[in-house]
Amino acid sequence: MLRTQLTAAAALSLAAGGAFAAAHETPLSGTLTIFSDMSNPAPRAVMEGMAQRFDEMHPDLDVELTVIDREAYKTQIRNFLTANPPDVANWYAANRMAPYVDAGLFEDVSDLWAEPEIADNLASTKGAMTIDGKQWGVPYTYYQWGVYYREDIYNELGLSEPATWDEFKANCQAILDSGKKCFTIGSKFLWTAAGWFDYLNMRTNGYDFHMALTQGEVEWTDDRVRQTFANWRELIDMGAYIDNHQSYSWQEALPFMVNGEAAAYLMGNFAVAPLREAGLGDDQLDFYQFPAINPEVELAEDAPTDTFHIPSGAENKEAARAFLRFVVSAENQTTINSGGALGQLPVNAQSSVDDDEMLNQGFEMLSSNSPGGIAQFFDRDAPAEMASVAMEGFQEFMVFPDNLEDILQRLEQARQRIY
Amino acid sequence: MTTATLPDTHADSGGPGFLRRHRMTLAPLLFLAPGVLFFLVYVIFPIFQSFQVSFYRWDGLGQPEFIGLQNYQELATDRAFEVSLWNNMKWLVLYLLAIPGGLFIALFLNQTVAGIRIYKSLFFFPFVISQVVVGLVFTWFYDPTFGLLNTLLESIGLPAINVLGDPTLATYGIIAAGLWPQIAYCMILYLTGLNAVDPEQIEAARLDGAKGLRMLWHVILPQLRPATFIAFVVTIIGALRSFDLISIMTNGGPFGSTRVLSFYMFEKALSEYGFRMGYGAAIAVVLFLIMLCFIAYFLWSMWRQERGR
Repeated sequence: MLRTQLTAAAALSLAAGGAFAAAHETPLSGTLTIFSDMSNPAPRAVMEGMAQRFDEMHPDLDVELTVIDREAYKTQIRNFLTANPPDVANWYAANRMAPYVDAGLFEDVSDLWAEPEIADNLASTKGAMTIDGKQWGVPYTYYQWGVYYREDIYNELGLSEPATWDEFKANCQAILDSGKKCFTIGSKFLWTAAGWFDYLNMRTNGYDFHMALTQGEVEWTDDRVRQTFANWRELIDMGAYIDNHQSYSWQEALPFMVNGEAAAYLMGNFAVAPLREAGLGDDQLDFYQFPAINPEVELAEDAPTDTFHIPSGAENKEAARAFLRFVVSAENQTTINSGGALGQLPVNAQSSVDDDEMLNQGFEMLSSNSPGGIAQFFDRDAPAEMASVAMEGFQEFMVFPDNLEDILQRLEQARQRIY
Repeated sequence: MTTATLPDTHADSGGPGFLRRHRMTLAPLLFLAPGVLFFLVYVIFPIFQSFQVSFYRWDGLGQPEFIGLQNYQELATDRAFEVSLWNNMKWLVLYLLAIPGGLFIALFLNQTVAGIRIYKSLFFFPFVISQVVVGLVFTWFYDPTFGLLNTLLESIGLPAINVLGDPTLATYGIIAAGLWPQIAYCMILYLTGLNAVDPEQIEAARLDGAKGLRMLWHVILPQLRPATFIAFVVTIIGALRSFDLISIMTNGGPFGSTRVLSFYMFEKALSEYGFRMGYGAAIAVVLFLIMLCFIAYFLWSMWRQERGR
């Protein structure tokens, strides 16, 4: 359907599009097939818009877009990369792309990253796209993680955004004394607990240690890992988290914050939209960076990056490269990450961030207050198998902290087997 | 019989071709061929392929690497596998409660009062709705904050429990949800069985002074044997293939305590964090061997019945 729609649009723009085509030395031709996992309503509109604009820019090129359900995509990508590769495909950065890089299914696009346009403006995400010293795709959006909190509850109790671990805990104690919980979380699908582990570990032991741990270079029974869990346990023993969180998904945990039963949520920026839709106004919702725990380590953040790749079996690699350039261009980055579109952070340093309270704070935090580095998120930094075993352990720890020794032994066994 | 012999007389008028001579053998073979072919391609061949894959380490993308029995060795020390196996046993044993449950309701409903058809359909209702819906309904029923169960418990002064969040209770909570439609299924099987019970035998038994449980045990149940057999078969199979309820209600959690073999296999081989095809295949082989015991028993008892006739 979209194909006919796009070709019709292309035909219309043929007459007027001469100026665009002239900008390129050799006009692109043939068909560009794109497989995308941007299936939620807003991302879908963004993807369709990008495909259409790119199609209009290149009159001789036929852009064919297939949008696949985001969850189903995660399994289908394995099939289509080997059997029926498109020219461009969505995926995720860091270790999440390692299986396809190792299997030779993604094209090395280091040449794109050598172009000054990309090299200068996308430096912050280069590390996440690099495996074996080469780059395997380009990012198109990312978003910050941090503590989203009920500003009105903090004001009512006379609390301010904490900058240190002690303030963090003192705030929490004050909230608990007022009969509320400090944090909502829904750990049924495990990954939310990994967000807490990421932050506690990066704040306790630093970014480099965290990366070494997710790469399997450090033992899970190491004393430094134990220190992370000891810090976590302080919160658990205080009763900081809502009860029965193991029964809820992250969405099901939102009402606790909306109803004021919990004061904050450690989450990605995607939680802001549903919180606002549920009725929290700008004076009720605010954001702060997870505070320092160990003053000796530099602050580092989680900022998962979503990406575009060229499968090595692609047929129209020239057009695919042009599309990747188009995606990361400053202008397009501003458009697709604006509040009305994805509502996330642009990857190009030249593009402007939408004037949104949370996005501005996130952009500020990631660009100037994250000297330690930017992590992708536990289940993207660690291999899938390690991530699933570890996240199950995190959830168990949050419910039964006394099982820690057993959990760590299990994770260590898994580490020795997996890496 | 006459119609079957008619073509034969015609056949003699034609030449003694191979097709004509063997058509009594060939015709059934031809009719069986599509079914047999699909059964071979989609059932038998994959079984052997699973056996083969279970000896490899394979992520579904690269080259499979032969590792002999390593997957099975790992299974032997894998605690998650052990938990799944035990949960499968719990399912097998507790799911069988559906048979007496269904029988009891069927006996209760097997009477003629006004509107009995409505009551029967109401009892049958849970079997008609999808397992996913059953799972969702029970998830809300068990919900620790606003669920009906805890509201009820609190109203009679008992402490609230988080059934699906407690690793010791979660599996039983899911089995209870699964029993709801399964009891309805068994009930229907028994209701049809009860229609076939010979009223003369009951009359005769009554004259001999049998009533109540003795009547049920010695006169009714033997006549319900075919229904019991079918109920047993579908319940065992239902218990072994329990997957949707677990996926919907707990997703295998909390911390893997509600996994069964089929769910664990899916997680290891096909889920977002999986793609260990060899290991998944090894789990599938174990599940297949367990099923094989039951299938062999079913086939054997069916064969015995046929021969008895």
